[in-house]
Amino acid sequence: MSASETVLEVAQLAVEFAARRGNVQAVRDVSFTLRRGRSLGLVGESGCGKSQTCFAIMGLTGSNARLSGSIRLEGTELIGLPRAQLDRIRGKRIGMVFQDPMTALTPHMTVGAQLSEIVRHHEGASRDAARARTIEIMERMRINEVERRYDMYPFELSGGMRQRIVIASALILRPSLVLADEPTTALDVTVQADVLRTFRAAIDHTRTSLVLVSHDLGVVAGVCDDVAVMYAGRIVEFGEAVEVFGRPQHPYTRALLACRPSLDGPSSGRLPAIDGQPPVPGVVAPAGCAFRNRCGLAVDACAQQLPLLQAVRQQPPHLAACHRVEALA
Amino acid sequence: MMREAERLVEAAAGESLLRAALARFLANRSAIVGLVLLALIIGFAFVAPLLSPHDMETNDWERIQIAPTAEQSHWFGTDANGRDLFVRVAAGARVSLAIGLLTTMVSVVIGILYGAVAGYVGGRADQFMMRFVDVLYALPLFFAIIILVTIFGRNIFLVFMAIGAVEWLTIARIVRGQTLAAKQTEYVEAARSLGASPLRIIFRHIVPNVVGPVIVFSTLLIPTVILVESFLSFLGLGVQEPSTSWGLLISQGVGSLDSAPWLLIVPAAFLAATMFAFNFIGDGLRDALDPRDGT
Amino acid sequence: MSRFVLNRLAVLLPTLLVIITLSFFLMRLAPGGPFDADAQLEPEILENLRAAYDLDRPVVEQYGIYLARLARGDLGPSIGNKDYSVSELIAIGLPVSLQLGLTALLLATLLGVPLGIIAALNQNRWPDTMIGSLALVGIAIPSLITAPLMTLVFGVTLKLLPVAGWGDGAWRNQILPVTALVLPQLAIIARLARGSFLDIGRQNFIRAARARGLPEWRVVLNHALKPTLIPLVSYLAPAVAGVMTGSIVIEQIFGLPGVGRYFVQGALSRDYPLVLGVVIVYASAVLVMNLLADLIYGLLDPRVRRGQLAGAAR
Repeated sequence: MSASETVLEVAQLAVEFAARRGNVQAVRDVSFTLRRGRSLGLVGESGCGKSQTCFAIMGLTGSNARLSGSIRLEGTELIGLPRAQLDRIRGKRIGMVFQDPMTALTPHMTVGAQLSEIVRHHEGASRDAARARTIEIMERMRINEVERRYDMYPFELSGGMRQRIVIASALILRPSLVLADEPTTALDVTVQADVLRTFRAAIDHTRTSLVLVSHDLGVVAGVCDDVAVMYAGRIVEFGEAVEVFGRPQHPYTRALLACRPSLDGPSSGRLPAIDGQPPVPGVVAPAGCAFRNRCGLAVDACAQQLPLLQAVRQQPPHLAACHRVEALA
Repeated sequence: MMREAERLVEAAAGESLLRAALARFLANRSAIVGLVLLALIIGFAFVAPLLSPHDMETNDWERIQIAPTAEQSHWFGTDANGRDLFVRVAAGARVSLAIGLLTTMVSVVIGILYGAVAGYVGGRADQFMMRFVDVLYALPLFFAIIILVTIFGRNIFLVFMAIGAVEWLTIARIVRGQTLAAKQTEYVEAARSLGASPLRIIFRHIVPNVVGPVIVFSTLLIPTVILVESFLSFLGLGVQEPSTSWGLLISQGVGSLDSAPWLLIVPAAFLAATMFAFNFIGDGLRDALDPRDGT
Repeated sequence: MSRFVLNRLAVLLPTLLVIITLSFFLMRLAPGGPFDADAQLEPEILENLRAAYDLDRPVVEQYGIYLARLARGDLGPSIGNKDYSVSELIAIGLPVSLQLGLTALLLATLLGVPLGIIAALNQNRWPDTMIGSLALVGIAIPSLITAPLMTLVFGVTLKLLPVAGWGDGAWRNQILPVTALVLPQLAIIARLARGSFLDIGRQNFIRAARARGLPEWRVVLNHALKPTLIPLVSYLAPAVAGVMTGSIVIEQIFGLPGVGRYFVQGALSRDYPLVLGVVIVYASAVLVMNLLADLIYGLLDPRVRRGQLAGAAR
């Protein structure tokens, strides 16, 4: 298994929902490649399409969604795959961590039963073997009193512990890829860091690739190797996390970074915010850049032509989709 | 100044909601079918006696239990006493529909008053009033009605009262719930802090919120009442001769099942059609006032 | 668990007592009496009759006597059927009504839930439309109409099934009555099951279960089924009430020797003890069903079992 082996290859992915009043383009054109053991963060405001990208990879977009483009997992095309084959891949080769642990776990099944079920179904393991595997992953997720917790129901556990179980359900079969949709957003701040640490350690242990969706730049900066900034269904900036956060090239990325309150900045004065609202996914996209209405550097070209991702730097690779890139450099 | 602004806001909010609901209702095909069907049945109930030369009581001993025929205008046939079924079914319709409507109105009025008072007053009085409702709920409605009818005898007016006295419970619960919820809105707090009288608060703020669910429930209550009356009359505990109702006609039809099946089929068909109509209308109203996709 | 049961009983028994008391006093305070029909009796005989049934004593005293007898399981003599006590009459009728009612309830549930789920799985396609239409017919058309109609078709016209009578419980005699009783409840349960299943299907944990690669049948069976059933349990008591109400009419139509028949008879002839006795039996049945519903609720929802929710949250 070479270090540069490609695990996930997404090309021109588009997700369109059929609705009564017209179609909604949740994802317009997303492309990226993910290698084994690497982690990619998808950041952006609500409605930018980052979560829908994950659901598209998982095949969970719902019956009224139309996917176009290509999603290849270790060479296998996922779009259009029949349910039976998708079921063999989900859980086993791709795992998913959902945002809200309270609603992501089945309320009337013990957590142990839910985890064991995954093993028994995919690998035909016996009850005892499955239980052993479950205990093992629960221990790796640093859950204490494992034997006792195995027989508990989700409502009997704390939020942090529930999320560890959800993460465990994604990792128990050692998938090649894990998708995490805002994994710590619903948790208390005090618990977030701990869960993230455990999560990261478990992924590193098995060299699992990760796609992490978050609107929290700090989380992404701390966990991910690469980052893709999304706006209105497209990627507007892409590169290594250190590079993108250190030298942001797209006006939107810069604005996002400027918005974050800082512990050592001035304590008075208003928090900077980006004027305006992100475009509503259902509205037909006008030509040109979707961010121009809120961008301080917009010129005529921005309204006429959609900016494509172009290389701002070759080493390390850093791309941005903006006509005014030179103005920022 | 505040009154003017308040009125405008309320008017705008209420109007657009109502208009949207009306539009949804009118777009619902089954609801329209139900409405048309009901209109036809009501029309029949009042127009039929004008169309037929017969009345509901005359016994025509020469034409006992004849099947529906155009001869002598016995369009629905006659029963075992030679009475014309066409006119009798219409009479039964008038009685059943009247009982349904009037009793529902009585129930709604009692229910709204009881529920609004309980909800508005709150506290101990509310607890006690709702406990009372809970206990009454434990006894199946039908049994309570039978007990009441046993006590007060069989007389249309009392049948009304008996049914009405029992069916107000659910409305009271609904109204009380809405009142409690409305009481806690900022609307009402603001009005109260500005010194508005309790009566004004109830009418301006609470009643509009209550109207929706109550209308839906009432529309579904009318067929329930008609059914209860039919059951009672069928058993001999409801409407008595010489009056008639669908329930009574059906029980008479059951008696002549093998010799004169139309005596059962015609009133049964009318009752069934009325039930369908109300169900469609009720479903339409529910969807219009509280739409949810696919359910 | 046993503490839970005792808790519920402590609430239900007083309710029963209130119902008995209310019914008792209502009946006593009514104008007219059970002997009004026998108007031709001489005053002395009337007096004797009234004394024999304790009707000459003050109402409150009658109440006390009644309760005392009740505690011993004695429901008093039937005024209308002079040779029998109320308990005896009920003992004759109860097996019939129970068999009818329980069969109907069981069938309605065993058929209704799967039908509702099938409708939900095929939402807006032909199985859903068909089941929905059947449900509408079941709900809109009362047993008052379906029972005689079925009798007309299957009994009179096609001569396939007996028109009336219990025939000592022969299965052929049960088909029509049970079907008429089942239809409305089947329709309601199917509708409820469909709605509940659709609600559950929209939940996040169902999506999460699919994300684990579980095939749809496993998702439905292990993850969706139990939560779907929980709201249905709340319908159990109303279902029983509905079956009881329906059985009164069904027994009348088919001439079945059940409790319902005595109830109607008692109401028509103002036979207080009989009516009261039947009301007590029926009310007890409803209360027992309430208890049963709570127990089933506990079986299905672990939060109730582990004491998170005090009593059933409905």
